[in-house]
Amino acid sequence: MTTRSGSAAAPASAANPAPAAVPPVFGLVLAGGLSSRMQRDKATLLYRGKSQLERAFELAAAYLPEVYVSVRASQAADPSRLGYPLIIDSVPGEGPIVGIRSALATRPDVAWLVLACDLPFLSEAALSQLLAERDPAASATAFRSTHDGLPEPLCAIWEPKSAAELTAYQAADGRCPRKFLMRHGAKIIDPRDRRALDNVNTPDEYRDALRSFDSEVSAPMQLKIQYYALMREQAGRSDETLETGASTPADLYAELKARYGFTLSREQLKVAVNSEFASWSRKLAAGDSVVFIPPVAGG
Amino acid sequence: MSFRFVEEAIDSAAARAQLLDPGAGGFVTFEGWVRDFNEGREVTALEYEAFQDLAVKEGERIVAEAAARYPVKRALCIHRVGRLALTDMAVWVGVSATHRGEAFAACRFIIDEVKHRVPIWKKEHYRNGDSGWVNCEACAAAPSHDHSTAHAHGHEPNAA
Repeated sequence: MTTRSGSAAAPASAANPAPAAVPPVFGLVLAGGLSSRMQRDKATLLYRGKSQLERAFELAAAYLPEVYVSVRASQAADPSRLGYPLIIDSVPGEGPIVGIRSALATRPDVAWLVLACDLPFLSEAALSQLLAERDPAASATAFRSTHDGLPEPLCAIWEPKSAAELTAYQAADGRCPRKFLMRHGAKIIDPRDRRALDNVNTPDEYRDALRSFDSEVSAPMQLKIQYYALMREQAGRSDETLETGASTPADLYAELKARYGFTLSREQLKVAVNSEFASWSRKLAAGDSVVFIPPVAGG
Repeated sequence: MSFRFVEEAIDSAAARAQLLDPGAGGFVTFEGWVRDFNEGREVTALEYEAFQDLAVKEGERIVAEAAARYPVKRALCIHRVGRLALTDMAVWVGVSATHRGEAFAACRFIIDEVKHRVPIWKKEHYRNGDSGWVNCEACAAAPSHDHSTAHAHGHEPNAA
């Protein structure tokens, strides 16, 4: 018994509590927004052939043990969200606070690194800085915006203790997660990657983002798409003119499949550009007219 | 124009008259009709839709290929689009040639290629009120069952 006598004299649980374990950080990509200024779903905007949702999810998954996608109940069956682990809004109300609160309610024992679905420049450097400078004792750890100096709530780590505070804030009609962070003792850090938080909310910003992405990415251009047969029915239209960053028919089909939930895989289709059969890797040019050709059945 | 679409009933007599040729000793036609069953289901009507800009080009290429393979005098294919009832004629192929052998062969070649290559789609309406796009919906759940490549005929000059 001699080896244990030292600790037996003062039970750790009472006089000298061990520090609570630091909660792990999970990822939450917010894909429940209405994208009203963009006029199309920001989660499915394509950058280098990958949707914004895929990019944000993969970036978070590289750092965090579990990553979820936050959606409204009406989006749970949306084809662009299928296949991801979802956290469906479970508390009433609108806006990002609802998504954050729903995640905190689902797993009260973890902190959530929350990422908006409109940050195409978000980098590994930014995420690793945020994780390294996290303060688990604060309500949240967030970057200071390089534009207005205010905290950026949608690229931030929300600690479990913020759950009760957010509930109270929302009950008092609070809707702005940024104001919440300014009032509730969040740790605010200055981003070393100053471009990481540039967000993309409008078609113009999307165009600029694609342009500045790098020289490999073609500038967005207008394409004309016509739909026939099953694809016309699934798209709910027979043609459209579209601004897109897709530079090949393959990229374009990936973008449109995510948007409309086409059931046919690319391997089942052929593609025509300007009324002639074309290769999936052909470079598209502004004004091109594209038709995806499902399996034919003449005669 | 060796391939064309019509929205009304195909006038096969007028089509036949276009293929008359003093050097032709034989004339073969194929007519595709709307029938009342397919793959075990009772069909009540068909709806045809085409990407006409490309379909006409591809159809004319097929007729030209037939003429290059077989010594035909004249050849023509007419496809109907829109909603068709049972027994309606959906497609007409006619070939006139010096001898019957090449007329039969060329006619067969044209209808086979048209079915596989020309962007025309067919929606079946069934007795029970259901409907479906032929070759598209049954297989959508099993993408490995791939009609388009199974019937590739090398018409994609840019494809790898």
